[in-house]
Amino acid sequence: MRLRLWLLLGASLTGSVQALTVDGIALSQQCPASFELRERVCRLTTPYQAYRSVTDAGVGGLKSGLPKFRDGFSPEQIDLGRLLFFDPVLSSTGKLACANCHRPASAFADVRSRSLGVGGQEVSRNAPSLWNVGFLQRFFWDGRAHSLEEQVRGPLYGALEMGTTPAKLVATLNGIPAYRRLFADAFPAGPANISSEQVYSALAAFESSLVSLNSRYDLYAHGVANALSAPELEGLNVFRSFVARCAECHTPPLFTNQQVAVIGMPEPPGRTFDPGAGATPGNSALRGGFRIPSLRNVALTAPYGHAGQFATLRDTVAFYTGGRGHAVPRGETLHLHWHIWEPKLSSRELDRLVDFLQTLSDESFRPATPTAVPSGLPPAT
Amino acid sequence: MDKKQLQRFAVIAMVAIVAAGASHIYTRHTMVTAPSAPAESTSMALAGARGAAGAVPGYLVDPGRAAGQILVVKPEDSVQDAVARAQPGDTIQIMPGVYHQTVYIDKDDIALVGVIHGSDWPTFDGEGKRNDAVLYSGNGVRVENLKIVNYKGNAIMGQAGNNFVIRHNRIANSGVYGIFPEFAQNGLIEYNELTGIEDAAIYVGMCDNIEVAHNEVHGNVAGIEIENSRHAIVENNTAYDNAGGILAFITPGLPIKTTFDVVIRNNFVVANNHKNFGAPGSIVSGVPSGTGIIVMAADDVIIENNFIRDNKNAGIIVADHKSFANITPDPEADPNPDRVSVLWNLFDNNGSDPIKEVRALMVAGLTREGPDLVAVGGGSGSCVAAAGTLKALNIGGWGACKRTSSADIATYLLDKPAAPRALTTADRGKLIYSSVCAGCHAYNVRMVGPPTQIIQALYLGNAQGIADYIANPVKKRADFPPMPPQSHLNADLRLAVAQYLLTVAPPKPVPARP
Repeated sequence: MRLRLWLLLGASLTGSVQALTVDGIALSQQCPASFELRERVCRLTTPYQAYRSVTDAGVGGLKSGLPKFRDGFSPEQIDLGRLLFFDPVLSSTGKLACANCHRPASAFADVRSRSLGVGGQEVSRNAPSLWNVGFLQRFFWDGRAHSLEEQVRGPLYGALEMGTTPAKLVATLNGIPAYRRLFADAFPAGPANISSEQVYSALAAFESSLVSLNSRYDLYAHGVANALSAPELEGLNVFRSFVARCAECHTPPLFTNQQVAVIGMPEPPGRTFDPGAGATPGNSALRGGFRIPSLRNVALTAPYGHAGQFATLRDTVAFYTGGRGHAVPRGETLHLHWHIWEPKLSSRELDRLVDFLQTLSDESFRPATPTAVPSGLPPAT
Repeated sequence: MDKKQLQRFAVIAMVAIVAAGASHIYTRHTMVTAPSAPAESTSMALAGARGAAGAVPGYLVDPGRAAGQILVVKPEDSVQDAVARAQPGDTIQIMPGVYHQTVYIDKDDIALVGVIHGSDWPTFDGEGKRNDAVLYSGNGVRVENLKIVNYKGNAIMGQAGNNFVIRHNRIANSGVYGIFPEFAQNGLIEYNELTGIEDAAIYVGMCDNIEVAHNEVHGNVAGIEIENSRHAIVENNTAYDNAGGILAFITPGLPIKTTFDVVIRNNFVVANNHKNFGAPGSIVSGVPSGTGIIVMAADDVIIENNFIRDNKNAGIIVADHKSFANITPDPEADPNPDRVSVLWNLFDNNGSDPIKEVRALMVAGLTREGPDLVAVGGGSGSCVAAAGTLKALNIGGWGACKRTSSADIATYLLDKPAAPRALTTADRGKLIYSSVCAGCHAYNVRMVGPPTQIIQALYLGNAQGIADYIANPVKKRADFPPMPPQSHLNADLRLAVAQYLLTVAPPKPVPARP
């Protein structure tokens, strides 16, 4: 109802409608949990900062340092990003927010195998979880973007996703006085009008605040020996053994080594082969390659695979013991990663792996869903 | 000089001898017999284990560390139970007999030391169904005097444990890698014998500051591999009857992208003509059988004073990524081997039956003799000493070496142990507050629990009171949910976080904009 009213009233009256709904919105001046305010910006603080890693690459074992992290945003920028994230006004139709596909209740992933965009069409890949994206060096399943700001443009402007354009996005936001006020608060040195770069920056600020490093696994890593049960420890040992080799690519502490790997997962029925990173010119050797995802909160982000082709964790781990290349379509010649082999895991070992993966869940710092957003539209939930 | 000083002197003297490039046979003899001397009684066995512990160099174990307890394990016991009981500094002494077990060590400064009684060894037998004999992530882990057979994955695998010592183990038919430290700094692998491993018997992966010495590797796909690692010395080893003897690789697609400063010296690299039985698709399955030493894409490698003999494909191959058929290039890794120095080595009868790619180079080079040294693909700055004394192929771009020996590089081990990975820093209270407490408590805002400001007022000057409460909280406020117990934090950490909580200051107000 409110949406319809807003559309009918038109631009001249928008301000007064906004005033009814969003006048009270102010940006938080406090950093989210796990961050400390230093010199007006939020800096990550985690026990993992007590640890080093070889060449500071952020890969290793239990007590190993994390990869390079993207922080240094102000509390206001992070909070503005939160409002934008939940605000459907960012899409061409005013009906689809970031949070519709990266659902907070599903660990910022989608319960659908492939999300639905503004026109109701299905996109080609599964929406990944956003937890811990501040640690990533490459984005999208094919790894084609190298910063959160670069990544944000993909869904915003993708015709099948949020379907807007830079000009429309900026015009819409500048037409909402509450956003003009909040952007000025978050970017005090910025230009008079809201710029698209500020939008990317605020969304990046919010996304990088999604830190999940307080799982039971983390307690075990920090030295709490009874944090994991006997079956979970058995699963950890399968996970890090060189038989299953999970940890070689899903390397602690982030549970990804951030490389692109060709592993030959099947496509969902009826879908054509996805070349992944191999579609990038000069990259043909990586045909069928995808960015190795972090496994943090993996138990909460079903379905799995680049196209959401596996419904359960059990089905997903079973893929790896199905035989090297067993799902590669006939006629495709892929350079499969050397770690894809014939581990011959037992059914019991697969069950224990699933037990262990469930210890990586932690949503203790999940940010609040706003009750209202500056556009006055109903925020996504 | 007391006994301990004598032992330390002996170690220093041996390092000096090794550095001088002399008589590795002598050092091998003394070191092998020391820990394996027949023990006539349990008390003698105990003394033997202590003796071995005393011989660990000071740069791997903090010399000031208090001697721990000795926990004795017999074949009917669970070694894992002993690990669970062990405190840092303790030695778990494993008596002779057969153990069908997997042991994992996720704590620091634990030694697993076998007791060898005559020809009776403690033997870990995976029976072809267990994955690994020993997994560890702790720092300062030592594994010695074990026989390990029939595991599927690895005999001994470390992930991120620094300052490790793995020595005097006999490993057979135990999976993909025999000894495999990964993501570690500062470690010693010596006096082990490994055979029947389907990838590299000793595989140093993504490590720094490693010494691999006095090992005997035979009947494996690869004998010793230094991969995506820096500052490693491979010396005084014997590598024979593998498909490839000693490898220094940059393998693409790994998160750490470099290999440099590797010294391969004083090794016997003999008749590595075994059939390559590597798993299909593995990188090592691309190693041509009959190759003594392979440098792939690694930089600043010194190959000196090795006895390289009877390797039917080639004595030494120096290659880039493109030259390996089964390698997918990595845009973030330099594919070329640069600044490889082949100094004086003793070559004999290499290249008697080379692979077709090498034969093609022989045709191009107008020679019928298989190579002692062949370079394929790109790379720059490499050199060879006394090129006229070896059969070399395709080294037109190589110069004469300015360096005459590696004697100036005595060791790449650190002169003190790598920093422990531990929550001992002064700001650990803050780190725990921010990462645990802050999920429910903000300074002056109601979140899940009451604001920090209110807790500060209640416990003014009483950090211990907070530390005690959080170990076993009781529900105090009708309008807040009960707090989950934080008893998983030990007393020290609870106090540290309580002390920090009392110092948390209000967020500074941001001045209003004009």
